[in-house]
Amino acid sequence: MNRRTLLLAGAGGLAAPALVRAQGTGPIRIGLLAPLTGVVASGGREIVEGFQMYWESVGKRAGGREVETTVEDDASNPDTALQKARRLVEQANVHFLFGNLLANTGLAVANYVRNTGTPYFIPVIAADDLTQRSRIPNVVRVAGYSASQFSRPMADWAFKQGWRRVATVSQDYTFGHEQCGGFTQKFTELGGRVTQQFWHPLNTADFSPYLGQLANAGVDAVFAMETGADATRLIQQYNSFGLKRRIPLMGSMNATDQSVIRTMGTEAEGVVSVAHFAEGSTNPATQAFVAEYEKRHQKLPSLYGFSHYSGALWVAEALKKVEGRAEDRDALLKAVRETELAGSPLGETVRLDGYGNPVYTAYVRRVERNARGQLWNVPIATYPNVDQFWSYEAEAYMRQPSYSRSFQGVR
Amino acid sequence: MLGFQLLNGFTFAALLFVVASGFTLIFGLLRIVNLSHGALYLLGGYVALAVSGWTGQFAAGVLAAMAAVALAGLALDQGLLRFVRGYELRQVLLTVGVAFVLNDLALVVWGGDTFTVPTPEALTGATEVLGVFYPTFRLFVLAAGALVFMLLSLLIHRTRLGALIRAGVDDAEMVAATGIDIRRVFLGTFMLGSALAGLGGALGGAFLSLYPGADAEILVFSLAVVIIGGRGSLLGAALGALLIGLLNTFGQVWFPELAYFVVFGPMALLLAFRPFGLFGRPA
Amino acid sequence: MTAAASAAAGVLALALLPFALSAFHVGVATEILIFALLAMSIDVLAGFAGRTPLCHGAIFGTSTYVVILSAHAIPLPLAMLAGIGAAGLLALLFGVIAVRTSGVYFLLLTLALGLIVWGVCLRWTAVTGGENGVRGDLRQGWLADARALYWLVLAAGTVLAAAMWRLVRSPFGLTLRGIKDSPTRMQALGHDVARHLLLAFVASGLFAGAAGALYALYNDFVSPTTVALPQSVEGLLMAIAGGVGTLFGALAGAALLIGLELFVSAWTERWPTVLGLTAILLMIVAPEGLVGKAGAIMGSRRSTGGIR
Repeated sequence: MNRRTLLLAGAGGLAAPALVRAQGTGPIRIGLLAPLTGVVASGGREIVEGFQMYWESVGKRAGGREVETTVEDDASNPDTALQKARRLVEQANVHFLFGNLLANTGLAVANYVRNTGTPYFIPVIAADDLTQRSRIPNVVRVAGYSASQFSRPMADWAFKQGWRRVATVSQDYTFGHEQCGGFTQKFTELGGRVTQQFWHPLNTADFSPYLGQLANAGVDAVFAMETGADATRLIQQYNSFGLKRRIPLMGSMNATDQSVIRTMGTEAEGVVSVAHFAEGSTNPATQAFVAEYEKRHQKLPSLYGFSHYSGALWVAEALKKVEGRAEDRDALLKAVRETELAGSPLGETVRLDGYGNPVYTAYVRRVERNARGQLWNVPIATYPNVDQFWSYEAEAYMRQPSYSRSFQGVR
Repeated sequence: MLGFQLLNGFTFAALLFVVASGFTLIFGLLRIVNLSHGALYLLGGYVALAVSGWTGQFAAGVLAAMAAVALAGLALDQGLLRFVRGYELRQVLLTVGVAFVLNDLALVVWGGDTFTVPTPEALTGATEVLGVFYPTFRLFVLAAGALVFMLLSLLIHRTRLGALIRAGVDDAEMVAATGIDIRRVFLGTFMLGSALAGLGGALGGAFLSLYPGADAEILVFSLAVVIIGGRGSLLGAALGALLIGLLNTFGQVWFPELAYFVVFGPMALLLAFRPFGLFGRPA
Repeated sequence: MTAAASAAAGVLALALLPFALSAFHVGVATEILIFALLAMSIDVLAGFAGRTPLCHGAIFGTSTYVVILSAHAIPLPLAMLAGIGAAGLLALLFGVIAVRTSGVYFLLLTLALGLIVWGVCLRWTAVTGGENGVRGDLRQGWLADARALYWLVLAAGTVLAAAMWRLVRSPFGLTLRGIKDSPTRMQALGHDVARHLLLAFVASGLFAGAAGALYALYNDFVSPTTVALPQSVEGLLMAIAGGVGTLFGALAGAALLIGLELFVSAWTERWPTVLGLTAILLMIVAPEGLVGKAGAIMGSRRSTGGIR
């Protein structure tokens, strides 16, 4: 087969009308940025797995056109992320960008696309202000969440358990400040007290100094905002210092994600967190997704894999609406913003709020062992309609400062 | 509370000492700043994870880690470093390259998930010391660190090999001139130092977990320990480890905003007065 | 052709390059020029004073931070001067501590000092934004154009490279070389070795700072990875790959490493392995670097021997 027939075979069928419009020739080109090396390489791997799993399930087509994904490694490094984003946009001429895992890589790329206008979809980049105070019109959080979104229902649930004094321990960066801010503001508004907040550097090898202080803090529960290796270490050391038996542990959604608990043992059982996704849910749509993911990748899906599968689905739906015209950025972005996603693994219809952040049913989840002995997150309580502002009025809320170490919204 | 935090500092220091002692032995005798020492630590941790998983024996994992990393040290020394013998800076940069390759290899083989080396039943749980309940495994690491210090001290100060190593630290050429095959002493030291990185990896893998990047974390701490202690000094490494371990613990308690600075600030201050560390001498 | 004429021809060729390249590749070429400057600043110390540092990534990145942070308050040219000044001050501080040592100890010490800078950038969140870094807004107006930025960097780079060339060939530079070969002899001849080394360190830091200031324009973003150890290692590897002691070889070194990364990462995800193998091979096969090696092969010039 020569090159021409190959092209014809690839572009055949539904692609023909697109060719006639002289716009949208050739495949839709997507640039996927994921950390395939560096500290969060395993999460990056799952981003690619989830994303590709969706496209393979639909024969790599959307809106009647072939879809071609170029994966670039951001190396868990913002400078590299920026360099690769430039390459995808300026050299590979992708129609839009997807991905990144670490907030710093996502913020670097967002700053870049602000000038190029390239649509950039961020299912995992959770920095609050990207859909709040400093929105960028072409950056949309499809199938993602904002950092403080689910720690508010966590606070509400904690208060309902009768806990009145809570300490937080968190990685010292924006993602942690925001998750703890959501928790602290809500919990103190309800009448609880956040007695102490411990901020530690990312990749803290030894948590013992904090655990010693937590043991004597006289609190009813602890909220831990941790990701990756820090999450593993905190949960492990919390247990080995005997705190787990004495003080209930709540985690951020990332602290008990599959990417963390799949290599852990009994020390993780019973930790509670809040998220929109729970791989241990009995919802048939969720279970079908989890089973399929496990069949393909021999592991239960993490938030990273799930979010990029759903994100791909979301954008594919929008591409269908614009008949595959990925070149028309404004139309595509508009369609993405207006899409109400029915077929996601969550088994509920998901839409974006007016600021580009999804609205979900939030689940309080507990880490339990399933019938096959794997640890997973099982829903134990439900909060419907949780958006990034929840009980607050959006504009009024955004007049308060962004969460930081010094501003945690304490009432 | 003070006793508890002291224990935290001592146990962390014990792990740092095990890793840094290997580093300082190699640095002292061979003049090689082995920047792949962290990668060897990580490799040891992964080997311990695999072997203790297969055999169900933590001890088997520890021994396998030491043996495997000693062999890696042998391969590194005979396979690569021999080509740049005598060129100090080429050796350092070569080991940087080795660190890149080893870490990437570990990522391919073990994936990037965070793993913890399983510990035996007897070492899990807590033990009462000084009126507080303290994780048994951390006390075990403390004992292991003390044991390594004693054994290495005996080796250095009471054996013929130790005498050669001490003489070699001061003047390698002179030792060679006496007709002793200093190369074999060098190779043995390199393998011993590597085995200590492997031991550290097995212990650290149980206590701090293994993941891509763990190598750089431990390397940074070991560098600080060796720089403070001075090249080739075992006592220096022990004091350096204690200082860093305690600073790390109490720094996090008292000045949480300055966590890194509390560790490296005093090191910089010390260097301003003693550029070769507590017990180091100009090369 | 005289040296001046061939240098002029080289600069002219570089100036014409953007007409042959896509906007993206112009960006890559800009990055190569900036890192070549960093590598040259390292070579001033490593190749001419015999002191190999592993802290220049930190000095370079400090300047980037200062430029991006201060550009919010003062005009851009002043911000860039502030960045270079901060880099010089930092180099002075490091130099005071480090110049008393040499060889591998110097390397280790500067490495540790660089780590402190990284720790501060990571932890001083109120100012540096911690892990998330700081976004700039420097690429305004004509600077937004990739080619314009390239020419600016090329012009600045030419001036800086010429300045470094003058420096290493000046009487001061000759004294440095004397110190490199035999510090004790120079001391005996009445030269203040420590003071010379300190001045060389500060000069090298100022040049690294200038490269960092240009990087602020190019990247418009800075985070702790810009001051982290791998940055210092890559800068040094570029200097070595080009040829330590050749000064302009750094350009070849930077082009080799950045080009390699660009093309290798299109084929494989295993870039760290390729970088590592490159470092190993360089040390074993061509420690005198590309330019040094080429010179030795063609016999036109004595090999400098490269890094030892």
